[in-house]
Amino acid sequence: MTSEQVNINLPEGSIEKKTTRLNLGPTHPATHGVFQNILEMDGERIIKAESTVGYIHRAFEKIAERRPLYQITTLTDRLNYCSAPLNNMGWHLTCEKLLGVKTPKRVDYLRVIIMELSRISDHLICNSIVGVDTGAYTGFLYVMQYRELIYEIYEEVCGSRLTTNMGRIGGFERNFSETAFRKVEKFLEEFPVVWKEFENLFNRNRIFIERTVGTGAISAERALNYGFTGPNLRAAGVDYDVRVHSPYSSYEDFDFIIPVGKTGDNYDRFMVRNEEIWQSLSIVQQAYQKVQAFKGTEADVYHADSPEYYLPAKADVYTKMEALIYHFKIVMGETDIPAGEVYNSIEGGNGELGFYLITDGGRAPFRLHFRRPCFIYYQAYAEIIKDTMLSDAVVTLSSLNLIAGEMDA
Amino acid sequence: MSLSHEIIKEKLNSQFGEKILHWEESYGMLAATVQHDHNLKVLTFLNDEPSLGFQFLTDLTGVHYPDRKGEELAVVYHVHNLKENVRLRLKVFVPIEKPDVYTATGLFSGANWMERETYDFYGVNFIGHPDLRRVLNVDEMDYFPLRKEYPLEDQTRIDKDDEMFGR
Repeated sequence: MTSEQVNINLPEGSIEKKTTRLNLGPTHPATHGVFQNILEMDGERIIKAESTVGYIHRAFEKIAERRPLYQITTLTDRLNYCSAPLNNMGWHLTCEKLLGVKTPKRVDYLRVIIMELSRISDHLICNSIVGVDTGAYTGFLYVMQYRELIYEIYEEVCGSRLTTNMGRIGGFERNFSETAFRKVEKFLEEFPVVWKEFENLFNRNRIFIERTVGTGAISAERALNYGFTGPNLRAAGVDYDVRVHSPYSSYEDFDFIIPVGKTGDNYDRFMVRNEEIWQSLSIVQQAYQKVQAFKGTEADVYHADSPEYYLPAKADVYTKMEALIYHFKIVMGETDIPAGEVYNSIEGGNGELGFYLITDGGRAPFRLHFRRPCFIYYQAYAEIIKDTMLSDAVVTLSSLNLIAGEMDA
Repeated sequence: MSLSHEIIKEKLNSQFGEKILHWEESYGMLAATVQHDHNLKVLTFLNDEPSLGFQFLTDLTGVHYPDRKGEELAVVYHVHNLKENVRLRLKVFVPIEKPDVYTATGLFSGANWMERETYDFYGVNFIGHPDLRRVLNVDEMDYFPLRKEYPLEDQTRIDKDDEMFGR
């Protein structure tokens, strides 16, 4: 303990107290979300930090205990809202695992397109915000219009942009339109150029490097002990990726690498995300080609053949008896879910997004728990920023990619 | 995959005998129910034994089973051996009157908030936890909201009269 640290526990106003208590948050432009940190400062240096979360807790796990499975999709949107379709797909995959629904390959590939696009949009926001917090606003404003292209694809596929509620148990609500494919093509064509420009702005930028290299570092051991997953763990040098370790939605058909960092500092996290964007682009490209290879009637497949759980098309509901019955049963929650206990996880935007679902045979889950990656790794924040400068703590906060909605559920 | 479910079963059974109350396998994941005062011993063994190596705590949560008299609350651990890519679920059941289990914070730093969350929603008392406070709910709350005795508001109630948000 240094001489400045001796008196930090003295009450506010004590004459011997040499440190300052500072509230960073709950609403502060630099926290990019609603969370509070009570910092004990010695000048610009942080001696001690205490994190508080839960300001936007919305009791999703409790609400889910009354809803039929398909109504829970809208709750998952609001977890990590920067990559809502990823959460939707993760939830559908969990339900399919529980119900034993087997999806056709084309559905898997369409899902991969959507999931990788939303991973790009998630990483794009995170990395450009790291730029903002190191003083480079331009990159953020510039790439934002290309996130717009992704949102237009969502809009074309499901009709909404931010909280998408995309897809259904078993597939999608409708086939991708020609326009949707044109928009994917447009994105694949225009985005790489822009992202290269973004990288040119940052990767070798001296100011950026000095702000990020060596700050906010966490070792691989500590990261694993804290339950880190996703890009933050990979930046520390552990090549754990759910897409590769336990492939879902036919990820085993794709050729990509897992980028890893070495030191786990802000720069490595930034670079790992950058590289993941390139990998995601390549996956979207591959998936797009695979989807285009389906011809004739195969190209019309966009959902699994499981009428008990897949909501039928509206036109069929009006004209076909079976469709009407299933529609009624699903919408009124009359289809009982088989009893079971399942844990399923996907590689979310910021780590392993897990769904622990227990059903007892009723219409709604008995218990649903979301493994929210950033709730788990945010615990390490106090340890990471100890004995660093306040301005580095702000960069660390954004490079950890914390989403308040996901943290507080 | 060299670390099969049989090996895990055999190792844990030979180490703990009847303290492992029940084995189950659902949807490809092995699940063990452990006597409630042995949760930490089993987790430590899984962590330290080199041939098992479950060193990553994926998830920790609680479940309330009101129908299981005398063991209403369950604490569920999901541990992961990242090298062999094997997951294992551990469950401990505790009575709701005395919901005491040992904390896993000594093994996993990440267990800290997950245990606080479980305490917050179910009131499970983690013995030895360094800072067992509520984490998502307000500090003044005097009940544990995810327990089944607190139902959600009846959607068909008509006694609410609120011009802005009422039904």
